[in-house]
Amino acid sequence: MTGAGPDKAGRSGLSRRRMLGFSGAGLLAGAAAGAGLERAAAAALDERDAADVPIPFYGAHQAGIATPVQDRLHFAAFDLTTADRARVVRMLKDWTAAAAAMTQGRPVGAGAVGGPDVAPPDDTGEALGLPPSRLTLTIGFGPSLFDRLGLKDKRPPALVDLPHFPGDALDPARSGGDIAVQACADDPQVAVHAIRNLARIAFGTAAVRWSQLGFGKTSSTTPDAQTPRNLFGFKDGTRNIPGTDTAALDQHVWAAAKDGAPWMAGGSYLVARRIRMHIETWDRTSLAEQQDIIGRDKREGAPAGSRAEHDAVRLAALKPTAHVRLAHPDANKGARILRRGYSFTDGTDGLGRLDAGLFFLAYQRDPRTGFIPVQNNLATDAMNEYIQHVASGVYACPPAPRPGGHWGDTLLT
Amino acid sequence: MRFPLPALALSGVAALALPLLTACGDDGDKDAKAAAGGPTAVTAGDARCEVARKDFAAGVTEFKVRNTGSRVTELYVYAPGDKIVGERENIGPGTSATLAVQLSAGKYQLACKPGMVGNGIRQDITVTGVATKGADPRIEKALTDYHAYVIGQTDATIAATQKFVAAFKAGDVAKAKALYAPSRVGWESIEPVAESFGDLDPRTDAREADLKPGEKWTGWHRLEKALWKTGSTKGEEAYADQLLKDLAELKTKVNAVRLDPPITQTSMANGAKELLDEVATGKITGEEETFSHTDLVDFQANLDGAAKVYELLRPVVQEKDATLAKDLDDNFAKVRTALQKHRQGDGYVSYDKVGKDDRKALSDAVNALAEPLSKLAGVVSK
Repeated sequence: MTGAGPDKAGRSGLSRRRMLGFSGAGLLAGAAAGAGLERAAAAALDERDAADVPIPFYGAHQAGIATPVQDRLHFAAFDLTTADRARVVRMLKDWTAAAAAMTQGRPVGAGAVGGPDVAPPDDTGEALGLPPSRLTLTIGFGPSLFDRLGLKDKRPPALVDLPHFPGDALDPARSGGDIAVQACADDPQVAVHAIRNLARIAFGTAAVRWSQLGFGKTSSTTPDAQTPRNLFGFKDGTRNIPGTDTAALDQHVWAAAKDGAPWMAGGSYLVARRIRMHIETWDRTSLAEQQDIIGRDKREGAPAGSRAEHDAVRLAALKPTAHVRLAHPDANKGARILRRGYSFTDGTDGLGRLDAGLFFLAYQRDPRTGFIPVQNNLATDAMNEYIQHVASGVYACPPAPRPGGHWGDTLLT
Repeated sequence: MRFPLPALALSGVAALALPLLTACGDDGDKDAKAAAGGPTAVTAGDARCEVARKDFAAGVTEFKVRNTGSRVTELYVYAPGDKIVGERENIGPGTSATLAVQLSAGKYQLACKPGMVGNGIRQDITVTGVATKGADPRIEKALTDYHAYVIGQTDATIAATQKFVAAFKAGDVAKAKALYAPSRVGWESIEPVAESFGDLDPRTDAREADLKPGEKWTGWHRLEKALWKTGSTKGEEAYADQLLKDLAELKTKVNAVRLDPPITQTSMANGAKELLDEVATGKITGEEETFSHTDLVDFQANLDGAAKVYELLRPVVQEKDATLAKDLDDNFAKVRTALQKHRQGDGYVSYDKVGKDDRKALSDAVNALAEPLSKLAGVVSK
């Protein structure tokens, strides 16, 4: 893929955003919003140009958490097919080598072409000629892994089994998994290529349990960029934790040695929820009701009673059952989680409706003080009429390996 | 694959010739091929047979023959006394084919046979020098033993099919049903070899869904449908006879001294991988035996055929890639364990009774074996 495609897409995106900005209510507000959007659009263009600049694989924390959110997702959960720890370590080493190569825009092993004619190539080849596309690969270990490998004493106290939440209708076949890998990239082919090659390496050690594609980001960790919208048509993740706010990340996202599992220091806990959105009924809902349910206006994303998206949320101005009010840190003893979810549509449900929704991904220092209380607080959320949580997973994501080490080497060597 | 096989001496053909040699030069013998200067063009017309060069270095020589004539032709390489070193049959007008042969120093003749009859139009060629490396005797033994296995499985499938056909033609539906799956075991264990013989495979083993509009459906699965779907053998007897005739043709082909196309360590190893592909795409999904649901019997036969290949090549694999050998040992055992769970009497439970979770477990085990098995050809061809 040449630079022409993304570049063109970037420019048309810019003009669309400009038009949106200047159609804003009131000349003054419109101008102000327009200036903000100009900046956002410039940032978006920078992101496009950044497709050729790989995101470092090694570091204190795994990439794909606080790093800028890419456009596309392929998420896969694996089950181990062996209880042999040495074999699992071998796979993690092979995975690490493959992930380190792919995230830097290189093929797996000896590549996709040029090897012996009689042997299948190491790399499957569909990412040949594509830029790194900011690919990140992030690994997490589910509670079942600790049982499977006889590591119960190493299971972090924060890695709890999620309780049943009101309204849950979870499909076990699309939930859980011993190991999860989140692949994010600006090009879906790059993300799918990464999961496919890891799955191939895993044969004999782990098998794919379920996987999920996400076609559009619904949160960002770069507040200067335009806030993405979810399938309800609303901006999502306005008050997400910025990837540059190291104090907030240390307090709410990164696990510390003193938290009870020293091997998780610098890691984070991921909660994944496949949230089906009943978009057909939502679309029949009046604008006023939609805005009441969310607690923000649809155009700007401004909280009820305010004018601009990033204005402070005055909880009293929102309906008691508004989603933003119930999820707000002030309503949850200051709890904050880093959201990184993606919109999905997996065809149709056989009833003439799109099987669409939000694949919710949230990173936190401890689900017991993060996702769990917030989700319980959402029991009275007016949005619940339009959504259903249909799959779930929780994973301990270790710190990034050091060069020469491997994924999870603080747990398993 | 550079020197004659022991089988050759037994078969009484000139000691220079090499049976079971690859037809497309894919045995990894790049040095020898380079020495011979790559494929040599042969132009075969109705009244001519032109070869681009007549002097060759010892080793593997590959000919690329193009039929410019109006009749189907053949290409032969003869050692003195008209001993066949290699042959390529059925080269249609306007088409090309390749033939690779292993030649040591000496005089040979190339023959094009338009119309596939007579002595053909001959050209003398000369081979000089000594091939660079000796062949691995363990590979030679594996090839000889595998050829014997293929012959044995063909005989077994014919014997079992004779019983099946007898019951079928007698109109004994219950007995024919019981004999159906066992009749296929030998065939399924060597299917990649059987498939290499032109349209023999579609004639004997096509599924109804594989047919093009207007194409005639013959073979096992037609009989399967009669037994399980229609519940009657009436009017289908001729297809039972045809099946035995087609299997007799298979027997003739596998009993040839040199199979066409030949068996090489590469084709053998790829055959093992293809057997697992068969399991992954046909048996795991239950598509192979739509009516009888005897898929797990085929599964076992495919697995046994792949295991035989590995068993014969294992000494070489162990030496060249011990990790791969261990992976294959482990995963063959795991697939067997997963399959064993569904054993019932002499055979297996009906596949429509195997639930989703069990199918997933079988699929995971097959994938775990098929991935390392796909590396076998690369390792034994090194």
